[in-house]
Amino acid sequence: MDTLTEDKIKALELKANDIRESIIDMLLEAKSGHTAGPLGMADIFATLYFHALRHDPKHPDWKDRDRVVLSNGHICPVLYAAMAHAGYFPVEELKTLRKFGSRLQGHPHREWLPSLETSSGPLASGLAQAVGMALAENIDAGRTSQKYIYCLMSDGEQESGAIWEAGMLAGKNRLHNLIGIIDRNNIQIDGFTEDVMPLEPFVDKWRAWNWHVIEIDGHNVRDISDAIHQAKAVFEKPSMIIAHTIPGKGVKEFERKYEWHGKPPNKEEAKMALDELRTLGGKIMSEHQ
Amino acid sequence: MINSNAKLNTKLFDADVEQVPIRKGFGEGLLAVGEADQNIVGLCADLTESTQMIFFKEKFPERFIEIGVAEQNLAGVASGMAAMGKIPFVSSYAMFSPGRNWEQIRTTICYNNQPVKIVGSHAGVSVGPDGGTHQAIEDIAIMRVIPRMVVISPCDSIEAKKATIAAAKNNTPVYIRLAREKTPVITTIDTPFEIGKAQVFFESEKPRVTIIATGALVYKALTAAKKLDGEGVGSIVINLATIKPLDEKTILDAVLKTGKVVTVEEHQVAGGLGSAIAELLAQRHPAHQEFVGVKDQFGQTGTMEELWEHFNMGEQGIIDAVKKVIARM
Repeated sequence: MDTLTEDKIKALELKANDIRESIIDMLLEAKSGHTAGPLGMADIFATLYFHALRHDPKHPDWKDRDRVVLSNGHICPVLYAAMAHAGYFPVEELKTLRKFGSRLQGHPHREWLPSLETSSGPLASGLAQAVGMALAENIDAGRTSQKYIYCLMSDGEQESGAIWEAGMLAGKNRLHNLIGIIDRNNIQIDGFTEDVMPLEPFVDKWRAWNWHVIEIDGHNVRDISDAIHQAKAVFEKPSMIIAHTIPGKGVKEFERKYEWHGKPPNKEEAKMALDELRTLGGKIMSEHQ
Repeated sequence: MINSNAKLNTKLFDADVEQVPIRKGFGEGLLAVGEADQNIVGLCADLTESTQMIFFKEKFPERFIEIGVAEQNLAGVASGMAAMGKIPFVSSYAMFSPGRNWEQIRTTICYNNQPVKIVGSHAGVSVGPDGGTHQAIEDIAIMRVIPRMVVISPCDSIEAKKATIAAAKNNTPVYIRLAREKTPVITTIDTPFEIGKAQVFFESEKPRVTIIATGALVYKALTAAKKLDGEGVGSIVINLATIKPLDEKTILDAVLKTGKVVTVEEHQVAGGLGSAIAELLAQRHPAHQEFVGVKDQFGQTGTMEELWEHFNMGEQGIIDAVKKVIARM
């Protein structure tokens, strides 16, 4: 990871904005898919793919790359957009999302898009796979491995016992190279998480499984980067970054509304969203105006 | 007549035929492949001794992962290890893996195309006294329905060892079904074994029925065939260790000779070996078929022999099924 200068922070924020625009473009074209989660995670994906990750988009099978496991596969528009902007595949291909024959399947499938680490969609299975990767790396490289396994999860899927099983195993094995990031946006399909199934006290749960827990503002690029630095510095435990995010972030009309969990914008809504994103919320003039 | 090419145990029909649990062959096989290949890893859900993974654990502690009572995690963690180049064997009772973690097996292993080997021990009603909760009689059905999954059900401990060694080299997801109790050793180290190949173990001079069996009940099929032969009812007995992919040629060659079929399995007749054969024959060579197996019931407490008899899966049950299918017009 390079030093995070003020210029780099600005560049990452602009990347996040590009990713958000692509998400709206993709969902409008696909006419189905999820809006709130992808927009809310754009800052984290920008920071990962353009700052934190050790990876080479031109050589996606590079052996020493960090691994990214997206557990909540339904937010794949943000993953696809980040990967395309990073150079894994052409940005134009994003508009094939969810179309017949597209490499960008409705939920990620690594056989269609081999640069993905895993296929995902059914919730709560990502952490187990990430734990398996970290265990395998520990067998091969020992406990000083610098290869990091990132697992991105939603807060809703934390309700599943499968997450608890994987969380306990990672804590038991002190997987220092495992970094979890939870999108704590407080919504799921049926409503607010604390109404559907309360997760709080959430930090305590992860601490109880012997994880190092870091709470951050998931839209603050410096926070995100610092948290990853801190996670890498903790040797005796896996780290969980609980990223508080605003679902639908970047488009005022979509923000904090769980109704936007699982539907795409229509034409008018997409235009409104893109206008807002292209002017950075009215801060600058859009080139399209 | 015993097929001499199968090189079976010469004491097969002796009263003192050697009896060994099928699962023991897995324990030996895993140790052997573990020695041969550094990428083999073993994962177990708190049943290391009874699934016979203990020998691997003791020899290669650094390549053994204790998962605890967490079968969903067992499958997912194995998938992640396979993604990093490992060849994971995961073991539990068949009731719990693949019984409890089917979706993780489907998505993280088969959909991801990771070469994880799922070893389900204590399958069938033969686990006996533990009762119906622990008697996995649906596992073949739920495994063979998943694309890419190879399904192997060895007939004895020697075949289980060969299946384990072959699975380690087969770059696909594999399900290996094992049983707990001691059962007769049918094969020898010289008996041919290949994933996807069925073997004719017994063939009368004038066979009128093909008996296709899997697992420990292959022995019952053989003793039934011998008895029937003595009564003038000829048969072919096929040991179908690989239930998926099916060895269509061996099955069709036999059924072309006999016309009639009896399938034998320690499993629900719905979705298991019998169903797989019926699917093949319906398309390629429709034939009368009787199904020996559990017919839409749960198991119960008892000894292995009592339960086999209760469910008409023992020697007499097979003889009855053969006579019934021959009588059909």
